Amino acid sequence: MARLTLLVNGRSHSVEVAPETPLLWVLRDTLGLTGTKFGCGQALCGACTVLVDGEAVRSCQLPAREAAGRRVTTIEGLSPEGDHPLQKAWIAGEVPQCGYCQSGQIMQAAALLEKNPHPSDADIDEAMRGNLCRCGTYGRIRRAIHAASGGRP
Amino acid sequence: MTAPGKLSRREFLGVSAGGAAGLWLAVNLPPSAAEAAAPAGLSPDAWLRVEPSGVVTVFLAKSEMGQGTFTGMAVLVAEELEADWKSVRVVQADADAKRFGQMSTGGSRSVRGLFDPLRTAGAAAREMLVSAAAKRWKVDRATCRAEQGSVVHAPTGRRLGYGALATAAAREPVPRDPPLKDPSRWRLIGTRVPRLDGPDKVRGTARFGLDVRVPGLRFAAVARPPVVGGKVARFDAAKARAVAGVRHVVEVPSGVAVVADSTWAALQGREALAVTFEPGPNGALDSAALTKALAEAPPQKPARREGDVDAALAAAARRLEGTYELPLLAHATMEPMNATADVRRGRAELWLPTQAPTWAQADVAKALGLPLDRVKVHVTFLGGGFGRRAIPDFAVEAALVSRAVKAPVQVVWTREDDMRHDLYRPAARNELRAGLDAGGRLVAWHHRVRTPSISQQLFGTPQRWGDHPDVLESAIAFPYAAGAVQVEAAIPEVGVRVGWWRSVYASQNAFPEECFMDELAAAAGKDPLAFRLEHLPEGSRLRGALVLAAERAGWGKPLPAGRGRGLACHSSFGSHVAEVAEVSVVDGRVRVHRVVAAVDLGVALNPDSVEHQVEGAVVYGLSAALRGEITLAKGAVVQGNFDDYEPLRIDEVPEVEVHIVPSREAPGGIGEPGLPPIAPAVANAVFALTGKRIRRLPIGSLSGAA
Repeated sequence: MARLTLLVNGRSHSVEVAPETPLLWVLRDTLGLTGTKFGCGQALCGACTVLVDGEAVRSCQLPAREAAGRRVTTIEGLSPEGDHPLQKAWIAGEVPQCGYCQSGQIMQAAALLEKNPHPSDADIDEAMRGNLCRCGTYGRIRRAIHAASGGRP
Repeated sequence: MTAPGKLSRREFLGVSAGGAAGLWLAVNLPPSAAEAAAPAGLSPDAWLRVEPSGVVTVFLAKSEMGQGTFTGMAVLVAEELEADWKSVRVVQADADAKRFGQMSTGGSRSVRGLFDPLRTAGAAAREMLVSAAAKRWKVDRATCRAEQGSVVHAPTGRRLGYGALATAAAREPVPRDPPLKDPSRWRLIGTRVPRLDGPDKVRGTARFGLDVRVPGLRFAAVARPPVVGGKVARFDAAKARAVAGVRHVVEVPSGVAVVADSTWAALQGREALAVTFEPGPNGALDSAALTKALAEAPPQKPARREGDVDAALAAAARRLEGTYELPLLAHATMEPMNATADVRRGRAELWLPTQAPTWAQADVAKALGLPLDRVKVHVTFLGGGFGRRAIPDFAVEAALVSRAVKAPVQVVWTREDDMRHDLYRPAARNELRAGLDAGGRLVAWHHRVRTPSISQQLFGTPQRWGDHPDVLESAIAFPYAAGAVQVEAAIPEVGVRVGWWRSVYASQNAFPEECFMDELAAAAGKDPLAFRLEHLPEGSRLRGALVLAAERAGWGKPLPAGRGRGLACHSSFGSHVAEVAEVSVVDGRVRVHRVVAAVDLGVALNPDSVEHQVEGAVVYGLSAALRGEITLAKGAVVQGNFDDYEPLRIDEVPEVEVHIVPSREAPGGIGEPGLPPIAPAVANAVFALTGKRIRRLPIGSLSGAA
């Protein structure tokens, strides 16, 4: 066990965890930030996506010690009032069904728009293909990303 | 899931004499068709409450797994209540069979079953509120009307909010048969009411099963035998306990549980167990043995027989035969199975992402030896259901682990646990024979369905829901005019757990049916659409959907080079769906570019939700059709994660267009009916493009196709 300092959603947290523990479980089980989801544990589905220093990262694969001292943003911290343009576009486009994958989808899309404010369909394919959705909301995800970027509806 | 769910239109309403202020109303429903034989009393299925504050609370006895029931059920109440939609709240009901009857969500039954009862509940409450207002004003109640959460006295313009009237209204007699609004006056039904659960689902605040946190919660992982009927042989508890954070290692009937302070510690502890298993009687089962069991099962007496198929075949100008095979499939919900249980001091409390709360409650009570009223089951949001969460195995296991360690425990299934301990969509072999006359008209149709019975495995009889085996669901309703028709089942017992998978047997039976129809069309030298229309009764709803889909897809119009088009149609769960798929093939891999669906589901409660469900069903069905397959080796499931059981990704899905046939018919289901046509539509499109027939799913690489 080790004491680590994690900077999550602008707040500093001192946690006592096994340093190899994936960030996902520290977020969920230690800090109670359950918006970040467990889907596969192998970086195959993207449900656990968070931002680390602005980059989309699969938190199920990132040991907590490697996250220490870096800026971690989860779905809870994406926007102060839950009104990030993507969140608004997700609501307007009625994207979620079961909703379980959507935290990861939104965080992945947020990283995309940071780098590429007006992504093409091909850009969206490339950025989002690591995020699975079993409800089949992909078409709406695509439209919501375009809408949030001010692109075609 | 396959229960027809035909609920009687007779509802009975009663007002609760509870001490709380406000108006309570229970909708009493006859039990679902599955229980109709029992002489049970009438049991309520949903409640609404009008608070003195004016807030209308709808108690939801259905599980929200993505299908939009959370919003849809509230709309039904609010429509007739003339509630102000902004004052409507939905509260998920705990398991309570006394109040709600058997609570289960599946079979695309929610809207179908509750369309009349919930509207009637809202209407009764509205009438009582109007009566209370008329009394207060001492005016003729005929001069009062309800609108937007208030009762208005038309001649004077006086107005009283529902909150102010609620307590007085509760003393009014409950109307037995309150009038329902004419559909022309619907304000909410048929409109795109935004989902009430949307905001929480984009902010990470919706609580799924895995998000349950209670004081003192421990996390557990269970090592389970990989083979059905297997047993734990050896494990090293000391090694698991040596992992930091591990608290307990306990054996439960389903395996060995490692209980820890965090999920990660539990998983590490389970690794350290080095558990081994005795495979048991199914240790030699593999996919080849399963295929053999399907082929060798003795056929039963035909469940549908019209005319003499053998004679009609003998007399036919042209005879065709085809064998179609489908694999086992996992559900692979995005949220893996899990359950949170707190069993202490002779009580149990559980938090479950379940489609069957009262079944879970009953099974947990039985496993713990507790009376039902000592077992409380809360229902969370479900991170996907698709039928998997209708079976409460995960609940019972968590309760037993919690009891063993005397602490609240969340049992977390990893993706591999979930995929290897599913109840799989059964594998199937379908044998079809048909005959055409000299004019290319169908004169004989014989469909033999060879597949395990879910109902047999779960309830000991394949005829749980009627006079034919569950496996013939939808095959028995072959919709085309064919002269002689024979449909029968051959049901093997297999050492693999089977369960309800989105659209259940319709997912299996539509594929052979609609592919073989395509083969017959080709044999008759006819266009696949024209051939179907020739055999579908004029005015049938399936025919209407087929015509609409074909028209919107531009059936018959030229396609770009390298593209092919195919269609299929199927009725299931009270709805009628046709789909046209447009495909290409690159390096032997099929790509689906566009799917045009037309659906006649009667009244579309929420058109956006209908479109969303069909879009989702198409993608779910396509993942299966193109590459979904669970295989067995040495009795165990081979696949484990999304690398070897990989659903379609965003860059692989088609544009899906959904067209709704305008209708005032009673609503059909919509969670499932969009799925059955997609596999045959794609297979038929592949034939149109390549001339190759797909007779086995998944389609995979075309090099192996016939």
